[in-house]
Amino acid sequence: MGQHTPFYDQHLLANAKIVDFAGWDMPLHYGSQIDEHNKVRQDAGMFDVSHMAVVDVHGQQAQAYLEHLLANNVARLQPGKALYSCMLNEQGGVIDDLIVYYIAPGSYRLVVNAGTRTKDLAWLNKQAANYAVTIKERTDLAMLAIQGPQAREKTLKVLDKAVQEAASQLKPFNFVEHQGWFIARTGYTGEDGFEIILPAQAAVKFWQALVLVGVHPAGLGARDTLRLEAGLNLYGADMDETVTPLESNLTWTVAFEPKERQFIGRAALEKQQQNATRQMVGLVLEERGVLRGHQKVILEGKGEGEITSGTFSPTLGHAVALARIPAGDHTHCDVVIRDKLVPVRIVKPPFVRNGKKVFK
Amino acid sequence: MSQIPTDLKYTETHEWVRIDDEGVATVGITDHAQGLLGDVVYIELPEIDSEINSEDEIGVVESVKAAADVYSPLGGTVVEINEALAGAPQLINTDPYGEGWLFRIQVDDEDELKELLDADHYAETVAAEEH
Repeated sequence: MGQHTPFYDQHLLANAKIVDFAGWDMPLHYGSQIDEHNKVRQDAGMFDVSHMAVVDVHGQQAQAYLEHLLANNVARLQPGKALYSCMLNEQGGVIDDLIVYYIAPGSYRLVVNAGTRTKDLAWLNKQAANYAVTIKERTDLAMLAIQGPQAREKTLKVLDKAVQEAASQLKPFNFVEHQGWFIARTGYTGEDGFEIILPAQAAVKFWQALVLVGVHPAGLGARDTLRLEAGLNLYGADMDETVTPLESNLTWTVAFEPKERQFIGRAALEKQQQNATRQMVGLVLEERGVLRGHQKVILEGKGEGEITSGTFSPTLGHAVALARIPAGDHTHCDVVIRDKLVPVRIVKPPFVRNGKKVFK
Repeated sequence: MSQIPTDLKYTETHEWVRIDDEGVATVGITDHAQGLLGDVVYIELPEIDSEINSEDEIGVVESVKAAADVYSPLGGTVVEINEALAGAPQLINTDPYGEGWLFRIQVDDEDELKELLDADHYAETVAAEEH
């Protein structure tokens, strides 16, 4: 038996098929992954993401510490704003990707992946040695992502009245804190919505209130197809310590300016900028068949690559994938699907945003 | 728990077979198999009139999660395929033993039926996989 989040009993009540995810018993789906996917694209769904790790960083040198630790630059943030960043090793390899929330001077919150929790905490603590900061993992919290075109409206109805107004006015990637609740307009689906961090003891009541206003439970299966349609990387599939953000379609998350900021991995990335050999692209198969992780990609005369994650896209009705292939301007390639060469198109992700096809 | 109707025959590879009085066998995948696969999105079926042997790989069921080969439980000639699945692959999930059937074969040798599992033995196969 794995670890249980505060929502575990609610998953069972909703007939979840439970699977192990990084040592946690999590809902894969509640009957149909595709139905849940469509609910998020058309209405509102909620995902238990309490297995992810919340880490608070406090102290006089918190900003300096994070400027050194992260490839994106927290100096860009105003209080109440969030930032997506990779955390790199000296070789520029991705230790993890995370969201950092700037609460107030000397006070930040990180949300990191469940599967990398242990190594992340070890790295965070190791790098903290030279800074006046404290690193504290919060295990007293639950986390719920409510996503979809109706997600904010429905969620606002069940939030504490005192925070409704502030929450309703949040801009994307902004958050508000209220009595231990942390409400952010962020997500991992390509839809509008909130990610809410709340006290564990308030979790069940909040879940039940959301069910009553018509927010549909959605499992890890739908979360994966939604994020892939949105062109968002999954750590461990699309990137890991053997690749850099530049090879992961995440160059936009690396703040090379100002030049004097010496973040971990910077030297390796600067070197790679001169001589990129690999890139991450989107693949589209508009005929029948499903692209899947680890399928081989062949660019005739130009080398080979691999699909890092692929799926049938419920929104588009055909398969899409992310793949790492040789650098260069390519428009078509072949994928080896069940021993057959299948021609596919190369596109720039994302595939879907706000319910609509966006690639060309 | 997945359903395992007692009036059907089964394979170790999770196909079910229902044979009629004229020696025509209807084949599908079991409730257990569809549950493991999750939402089915594509199906490849054999061509009508093709001659097949038992245990031939003759089709594919692809779900959001995985692709699974379909093996023929019996030898014979394919006489019908379930055309409805092309437009509604989810029938395999919602009604695996009914509207989600895959194809029908005119069986060459009904003795081959004896090689298949009955519901009790198939249930043991499923139970063994789950442990």
